[in-house]
Amino acid sequence: MSKLQILTKGILKENPALVLILGMCPTLGVTTSATNGLGMGLATTFVILLSNVVISLIKNLIPNNVHIPAYIVVIASIVTILQQLMEAYMPSLFNALGLFIPLIVVNCIVLGRAEAFASKNNVIDSALDGLGMGYGFTLALTVLGAIREILGSGSIFGFNFLHSDGIIGFVLAPGAFLVLGLLIAGAKILTKKIYKKD
Amino acid sequence: MEYILIIISAIFVNNVVLAKFLGICPFIGVSNKVSTSIGMTGAVAFVMVIASLVTYFIQKLLKSYQIEFMQTITFILVIASLVQMVELVLKKVSPSLYQALGIFLPLITTNCTVLGVAILAVSNPDYGALETAVFALANALGYGVALIVFAGLREQLELAEVPQAMEGVPIAFITAGILAMAFMGFSGLV
Repeated sequence: MSKLQILTKGILKENPALVLILGMCPTLGVTTSATNGLGMGLATTFVILLSNVVISLIKNLIPNNVHIPAYIVVIASIVTILQQLMEAYMPSLFNALGLFIPLIVVNCIVLGRAEAFASKNNVIDSALDGLGMGYGFTLALTVLGAIREILGSGSIFGFNFLHSDGIIGFVLAPGAFLVLGLLIAGAKILTKKIYKKD
Repeated sequence: MEYILIIISAIFVNNVVLAKFLGICPFIGVSNKVSTSIGMTGAVAFVMVIASLVTYFIQKLLKSYQIEFMQTITFILVIASLVQMVELVLKKVSPSLYQALGIFLPLITTNCTVLGVAILAVSNPDYGALETAVFALANALGYGVALIVFAGLREQLELAEVPQAMEGVPIAFITAGILAMAFMGFSGLV
């Protein structure tokens, strides 16, 4: 696999949220607005990138029997650093994302990439993979957040263009499930169209 | 009365899956059959109550040393080792229960309901040890209700004809959306 392929596969072909169906809790939980989706996506990217780099550096030092607990400790430390940084520099986003920041630890994308990619590849490839997966996830969350925000509150990135109430159901729980279901179906059709030749 | 409020709120109004979006991966992945959903619920309830109680006392310890920022890392380690321990103990003490819950136990470490409920419980200053246990059990029941109802729906759905692009996961999400709408009817109950 070339470096470019590693970097771009996260956009559609192996999009973690829409094709691999991983990390569904934050995907549904925080995307009430495009800003929150973008913030969560970037926070997760930070964790995947760092955990991929660290794990690919220390992969030969960890005995095989305890590699999963060791990975979890690495990931949890990175999440703790992120938590402290966000609380200090982005308190409003920190409060909006709430519980879902510590829950990045149990986001299956992070552990999944560590196990499937970083434990077998060198540092540069692992960093590219983390970056690619991270912005694929960010893209999916931002699109989902934007759709819910446009339909639910008539605004985008907090900029109000519709001076009336939106359809409140899209900001609440049911809208998250409905929009995500339709987005996954859309990604399925798109993938089939683009990669039919391969 | 207070406990009844906690239970009704956790099962219907603030359902852990359909309102708080925790534990969606197993909700979509495991909920193909009613029988496996019941097994998963049992395993989650078992681990969640023990984990919430243990983390409740650990939070006290962290607070007394003023190192609350270590919360995430200690909690996940405790939960992961707890799952391993529960697995070992069950294997020895009750092989039949181990047989029933066996395959679900290792999956629970990465089930975010357990960590999520533990963090929610310790971040509520009103909860003592007993309230924490009730809260955890009620959330596990809420998780079970959502999982089992959803599994029943999906068993029916397998017989229905669905457009090709919507097959599998997408239609499961649409179904979950409609189920969440039904659960919204409970809001304002507590």
